[in-house]
Amino acid sequence: MTPKTTPMTMIQALRSAMDVMLARDPNVVVYGQDVGFFGGVFRCTEGLQAKYGKSRVFDAPISEGGIVGTAVGMGAYGLRPVVEIQFADYFYPASDQIVSEAARLRYRSAGDFTAPITIRMPCGGGIYGGQTHSQSPEALFTHVCGLRTVMPSNPYDAKGLLIAAIECDDPVIFLEPKRLYNGPFDGHHDKPVVPWSKHPLGEVPEGHYTVPLESASVFRPGSELTVITYGTMVFVSEAAAIETGIDAEIIDLRSIWPLDLDTLVNSVKKTGRCVVVHEATRTSGFGAELTALVQEHCFYHLEAPIERVAGWDTPYPHAQEWAYFPGPARVGAAFKRAMEK
Amino acid sequence: MTQYEPLRLYVPEPTGRPGRHTDFSYLHLSPAGEVRRPPVDTQPADTNDLAYELVRVLDDTGRAVGPWAAATDPQLLRRGLRAMMKTRIFDARMLIAQRQKKMSFYMQCLGEEAIAVAHALALDSGDMCFPTYRQQGLLLAREDVDMVEMICQLLSNERDPMKGRQLPVMYSYKRAGFFSISGNLATQFIQAVGWAMAAAIKGDTRIASAWIGDGATAEADFHTALTFAHVYRAPVILNVVNNQWAISTFQAIAGGEGTTFAARGVGCGIASLRVDGNDFLAVHAATRWAAERARRNLGPTLIEWVTYRAGPHSTSDDPSKYRPADDWAHFPLGDPIARLKTHLIAIGAWSEQEHEAAQKELEAQVAAAQKQAESYGTLTDGHMRSAAEMFEDVYKDMPEHLRRQRQQLGV
Repeated sequence: MTPKTTPMTMIQALRSAMDVMLARDPNVVVYGQDVGFFGGVFRCTEGLQAKYGKSRVFDAPISEGGIVGTAVGMGAYGLRPVVEIQFADYFYPASDQIVSEAARLRYRSAGDFTAPITIRMPCGGGIYGGQTHSQSPEALFTHVCGLRTVMPSNPYDAKGLLIAAIECDDPVIFLEPKRLYNGPFDGHHDKPVVPWSKHPLGEVPEGHYTVPLESASVFRPGSELTVITYGTMVFVSEAAAIETGIDAEIIDLRSIWPLDLDTLVNSVKKTGRCVVVHEATRTSGFGAELTALVQEHCFYHLEAPIERVAGWDTPYPHAQEWAYFPGPARVGAAFKRAMEK
Repeated sequence: MTQYEPLRLYVPEPTGRPGRHTDFSYLHLSPAGEVRRPPVDTQPADTNDLAYELVRVLDDTGRAVGPWAAATDPQLLRRGLRAMMKTRIFDARMLIAQRQKKMSFYMQCLGEEAIAVAHALALDSGDMCFPTYRQQGLLLAREDVDMVEMICQLLSNERDPMKGRQLPVMYSYKRAGFFSISGNLATQFIQAVGWAMAAAIKGDTRIASAWIGDGATAEADFHTALTFAHVYRAPVILNVVNNQWAISTFQAIAGGEGTTFAARGVGCGIASLRVDGNDFLAVHAATRWAAERARRNLGPTLIEWVTYRAGPHSTSDDPSKYRPADDWAHFPLGDPIARLKTHLIAIGAWSEQEHEAAQKELEAQVAAAQKQAESYGTLTDGHMRSAAEMFEDVYKDMPEHLRRQRQQLGV
């Protein structure tokens, strides 16, 4: 029997994941700034406090270090905290608790204590958020051994990945591309937004299911070129493929690190050409790691140099947001360069 | 022409330096027995005086006096004395082993033994401590922690329960209520509050105990912990061990001058005490008071334990470079072992002969444990955990990239 599905935005899908896990596992707790009575500034936790009570869904002081630090302690006790950092741009005060504590607790205590915590944070730009509401800091997390870093691109994956993250015994950084919360934004900011209700990936099963960690998806099959990307850039890459007429195969990593190497290697070996796309700044971005991996594993199959498309190496500007954002034109130009050589 | 003189930056200095005695009047000691003992359901703001006074039970002649002098079972006191002696003997032997290069590093708690030992004996089984690296007394006070295993950790040998991944003294004993030691200072303080919040969420009866030194109270995690503990009335004891020195940094640089670390708590709405940390009876009584508050849902208590770091910060430190070499001899709160011994003898529950016999017995116990641990290897003789284990426990299940890296290493 196929499970019953409902059209959901990514916000509703994330809420549904937390709802399912709060109901299934009495050790799950949800907290962060504004997440309790109000339900979060993006409304991802709306209604959960009323449903599960104040001791399981509650507001936290404006202290990212305190939010993650208490989560580490709760994890050591045996809970599975799901905490929200209001914007990824605000996680920096929690760096010590994430990098030195959550990520290494299992290792340093030889498994005596663990940190089965999920840290949700909205990321990415395209909402005129300026340099403190637009960052994509995933590379800072992938550099830390012991963390899992995840970024969904659609409601179906968002719910399945969040449930998998909560059930995972490792600490998971769960990055939510906020420009995708309400629809599959493809980078054409001057056109009306298509809502998730008009997209097949907005059909989300109501109950429990998981999208396994460390599994990429072939978002769009193709034969001429492999695009390795994640988050907002999945739909931008799709638009670029349609607009250039290049038959690009788009790999949505979903789990950024540890990743599903086989899926991307098999695709590049098949197409012989590769473009790596992300919204985060270019230098030492995760694209550098992806480029190195493709070079290590697919060098003799490559027909052309690997192309990288990323945000410029500047802070995320406010008024010049669309000049910064790697939209379909920049991505499409990279596709063409990769095909010419 | 300005009416003001140029502004000047003030940088605190200790009164004592090498060749110059410390003026310990900065400690503002209260006489033993003089500080009141409020009921456990007292309002945090009503503890303001207690954050500036000093709770003391043992007077200079070894008598237990005042409202904090509980009718403590002499059996428990003898157990405490033995555990403090064991801790000091353990430290002394491990220091020698470090100098013999059997281990890379060591940290002793000389002069501070009463705090961890009396605290451990005042908590209940199942309570969880989030210690710093100077609370080995929490483990050595317990009957259920094997000294041989502790020494294997120090020696980083093949039976090291931390699998060779941690510096010596960074123990982890979940079953003994001892959280994994980080080495990054202050991080455990807020984690303890989280553990306590979890206990409250689950309707548990166990409480948490957080530990930090005077120096690390300057970290954000300390202040964050106070806020969270107050906001959620977390069942946690917030211990600040003020041993006057953070490596070479005098406690005034952490903000102790003209105020106290206990005073931080009152400002945050937390009941706070400043206690003689070298007075076993005071430590035990204050811990019981704070634990009772926590267990009755009355919220957190901050306790500043005033003591003195008698030894170097670690085996990599030489305190004669920055403080008077004989400073501890002049520290007005004395030696916790000598003080409890005097008290026990005064009440007829101990004698010099018993003390001498206990010293010999404990020395033999520690020596035997060390000998057994060394038979499983030391850092220098190659009997360590295999390099292949380096790749384990990064994640619960080893991801593909770590399998590949392990193959590359060829193990």
